[in-house]
Amino acid sequence: MTRTARSTATSLSRRKFIIHSAAAAGGGLALGFQLPFGAAPAAAQGAAAKAGAELNAWVVVRPDETCVIRIVRSEMGQGTHTGLAQLVAEELECDWKKVSTEKITAGRNYASKRAWGEMSTGGSRGIRISQDYVRRGGAVARMMLLQAAADQWTVPVGELTVANGVIAHAASKRTTTYGKVASAAAKLTPPDPKSITLKDPKTWKIAGQPLKRIDTAAKLDGSKVYAIDLKLPGMLNAAVKACPVFGGKLVSFDEAKIAGRPGVRRAVQVNDAAVAVVADTWWHAKTALDALPIVWNEGPAATQSSATIAERLAEGLTATQAYAGRREGDALKAIEGAAKKVEAVYSTPFLSHATMEPMNCTARVMPDKVEVWLPTQNAEASLAAATEEAGLTLAQGEVYALDLGGGFGRRGGTQDYTRQAVSIAKQFPGVPVKLTWTREEDQAHDFYRPISQCKLAAGLDESGKLVGLHVRLSGQSINAYLNPPAAKGGDDERQLQGWWKQPGDAQLGYTVPNLLVEYAMRNTHVPVGPWRGVNTNQNAVYVECFMDEVARAAGADPLEFRRALMQEHPKHLAVLNAAAARGGWGTPLPAGVHRGIAQFMGYASYSAAVAEVSVSDRGEVKVHRMVLALNCGHAVNPDQIAAQVEGSVAYGLSAAFYGECSVDKGRIVETNFHTYPILRLAEMPKVETVVLPTYDFWGGVGEPTISVVTPAVLNAIHAATGKPVRSLPLKNVKLA
Amino acid sequence: MAKLNINGRTRDVQVEEDTPLLWVVREQLGLTGTKYGCGVAQCGACSVHLNGAVVRSCSIPVGSVKPTDRIVTIEGLSRNRSHPVQIAWAEIDVPQCGYCQSGQIMAAAALLKRNPAPTDKDIDEAMTNICRCGTYQRIRAAVHKAATIAQGAASPAGRKAKAQA
Repeated sequence: MTRTARSTATSLSRRKFIIHSAAAAGGGLALGFQLPFGAAPAAAQGAAAKAGAELNAWVVVRPDETCVIRIVRSEMGQGTHTGLAQLVAEELECDWKKVSTEKITAGRNYASKRAWGEMSTGGSRGIRISQDYVRRGGAVARMMLLQAAADQWTVPVGELTVANGVIAHAASKRTTTYGKVASAAAKLTPPDPKSITLKDPKTWKIAGQPLKRIDTAAKLDGSKVYAIDLKLPGMLNAAVKACPVFGGKLVSFDEAKIAGRPGVRRAVQVNDAAVAVVADTWWHAKTALDALPIVWNEGPAATQSSATIAERLAEGLTATQAYAGRREGDALKAIEGAAKKVEAVYSTPFLSHATMEPMNCTARVMPDKVEVWLPTQNAEASLAAATEEAGLTLAQGEVYALDLGGGFGRRGGTQDYTRQAVSIAKQFPGVPVKLTWTREEDQAHDFYRPISQCKLAAGLDESGKLVGLHVRLSGQSINAYLNPPAAKGGDDERQLQGWWKQPGDAQLGYTVPNLLVEYAMRNTHVPVGPWRGVNTNQNAVYVECFMDEVARAAGADPLEFRRALMQEHPKHLAVLNAAAARGGWGTPLPAGVHRGIAQFMGYASYSAAVAEVSVSDRGEVKVHRMVLALNCGHAVNPDQIAAQVEGSVAYGLSAAFYGECSVDKGRIVETNFHTYPILRLAEMPKVETVVLPTYDFWGGVGEPTISVVTPAVLNAIHAATGKPVRSLPLKNVKLA
Repeated sequence: MAKLNINGRTRDVQVEEDTPLLWVVREQLGLTGTKYGCGVAQCGACSVHLNGAVVRSCSIPVGSVKPTDRIVTIEGLSRNRSHPVQIAWAEIDVPQCGYCQSGQIMAAAALLKRNPAPTDKDIDEAMTNICRCGTYQRIRAAVHKAATIAQGAASPAGRKAKAQA
């Protein structure tokens, strides 16, 4: 039997989803210091009472002295759970050895009117956005616990001291513990969280320390359960294939050809562009799907290729119309009249995220309830997607967010895999169905880092001073794909990330008297999205590599040339200087080894890097050592910051050396790690991390440093070969 | 139908002979510490020991495994995370997301078994599994540390300490 694809009334446009999830996520940030118990089921209340005393949304203390710290941000390896627990424990003054964590589900947060605030974990915001209210949650709990002890002893609370969860009254030589006073404390009226003075970071004892992660043990013996490992009673498994050409549709599939294969239940349509096979095991489902004849309508995009896309972007470099994000002075005139001109065109490709754990989601759909178990960076977006796909209300959904096997921006707001899983599970009412993507599907259907080209022009006066800089970016907009109002008419500020004038987030660190920064939006049919570092990576390559070209034209040292332009940006400069100092800028190197330097700002943090690189006679590049300096404002766990910096070097170098998703006949060419190689251990340079927090702001950690990795390496290659590298990845560039 | 010796136990599984060992381990035996990453022997997330050597189980048909072959998965590497590699991994705080780490640990354990004191070059050649979080620097440090721990345990003083423990 051949089944023809039906038009799915429940298939919702991306636009509608975005609006829906924005509505779900836009309710403002409720500060949850008093959990609204009225919203919780009575049974849960009973269980909670046995589990310990709930002092507020963030802290539960059990009779055995365990302090349970609630977490709503996703853990995908970046260490946010450990860092958030450190911050709460610091204010709580509990015993770190007795801390455990508990995740709050999106359904519970929704039912509690977002008592725990937003759950989204992206943009390096996991700690910096929630640090204030979770610390206040810890402090409020401490004050209530102390008050309960004071009430019990009828002494002024000011006479009590606390350390490691032990409360003492020196005058009467009495002590008690958090576990003993917790249930009395939970009955007290909490103080106004806003009235609390939080600790000076200089006095931190738990936060600010290089403590070990709290979630390592289960990662050492295979016992940690990722969503892909989940097994529910009666569960079926699904494998999926979507039209390889973006925008294409499913026409038909011939289910008869796989009838009788072991374990196969059915082949089912998934929305309007994909088909899934559901079977007892995933291997049965996957192999049956491989054997299933499928007819696609590939649509008009099947004519697209890397060449047609490059041509479209190239046109944007010189087009008359463009959005001028910055226009200070008259850059074109200044360059025109300059003693010396420098010009270059750079480009970077589409990139997939390639999380180690492929996309997967288990869904169970009943007439009045939908549940999903999945890796997600935004459990509230998962809730919105699952309930919408199931045709249910937000209150009828629940999301069990398991720790992710990598995120990197792939599993945030889009939730395409969640929609697919629910679409499949709807066709098996009451039965949990686990959808797991193959690596090939994961490569073929990502929201890729957007492709762009950049034309830069600079003018130098006779003394070698930079008098004008013109940056024209041409490429695809993430907002145009995921949040169209923010890219209306092509005025998309986000694509200029890192070149902004305003301080605080992603400010350009240079002062140029005549500056023109433009963006020509040139979209493609390829879906795009945030990729660890988003636009800072590409924009840092463009400006920081070009800055080296300009410095050379001026006959100046790249570090000194930058310093001269950075006097009005002391924080940027301090980080650059720190990297240069630790990296030994200007000191002798072994024969054949060359240095490159770069600095950039993103996610409210300042980064700089020095790379030591050699290029062999055959053009092989070896990165020997990288020094990275980072000012992220507050350093909650220096060792985990170092881990993120080390990881950002690996992620950045993978992109620099190998990363490329090319397009042929409308689809992505690179299908797996043999054609989309990832950096391996042997290629990993020695990384030294310098963290220099100034404690006057809160910056991100997961993303900022990746931006400086590639330009520092490319500038070192330029130093080694005398020729700039202007297109990535390096695997396509002949260096000898 | 296949008879497998896994983590010291003999297990019978009902499965087609061309099923990759990875999916037998994960789906039939429920040992989900061994991960799927690529299915084409590129990433090493599925690494297990076959007669003491590390192999990529996604590309080994279960029909090619003999009942006498000894298969060890991450769950069978040690009791209570007591293998020197697991101890070193914890001390250096290697894992980030952790997804690839079962495979990394199995690769490191196999390396140390045949080469108790590996050089950096030996580690470069043996540790070829992909880690997307980029924990490579710590993996290298932890392999060296595990070698030291294992040598300590193997020395006369180490054996004495173990006997007293």
